[in-house]
Amino acid sequence: MKNPLDSILGTIVAGVILTVVFVYLLKNFI
Amino acid sequence: MEYDYFTAIMRFTHVVVGVAWIGLLYYFNFVQVPALKNANADGTASGITKHVAPLALLWFRWAALATWIAGAALLGANFVSAFSLDTGYEAIGLGSWLGTIMLFNVWVLIWPNQQKILGMKPASDSEKTAARRIAFLASRTNTMLSIPMLFLMTNGLSHKGLIGL
Repeated sequence: MKNPLDSILGTIVAGVILTVVFVYLLKNFI
Repeated sequence: MEYDYFTAIMRFTHVVVGVAWIGLLYYFNFVQVPALKNANADGTASGITKHVAPLALLWFRWAALATWIAGAALLGANFVSAFSLDTGYEAIGLGSWLGTIMLFNVWVLIWPNQQKILGMKPASDSEKTAARRIAFLASRTNTMLSIPMLFLMTNGLSHKGLIGL
């Protein structure tokens, strides 16, 4: 599997996914 | 009425130097790295690596430090509560952690390796190749982290009412 950080689009998509994950964790577990 | 000029100035400073930091981070990732690939192909890369990159890195690393210091001053007495993710501080706290990780990446991973890449520090060809990959991935990691960091940092302005965070 390619590293998503090797492309600009992959970096942005990873950042958006991470944002959703963080918001979910903060709202439900912290 | 008592005014809090110190906090107001720190908030403004935090935003201004934060724009400089993240603006330069996006410049490196979205402009300079792709441009260098083309410039290397036609032999014009030295203009960027000699004149642009060192100056951009200078503003970049000091803006990063100034952003963190102004942010810490802005948190003030809430500093420990934020980093402990106490109730009511979850969003700004995680945002602060992400900003801190990003500052670490700038000063510990990006800057020392860029010094080797740009010839400011002696390095063999294999050391330069390794430095290029580490600096690139640290910079891309910061670009990725900047998205949740900015989302959580601006939380107080809107999201409480909008998404309940």
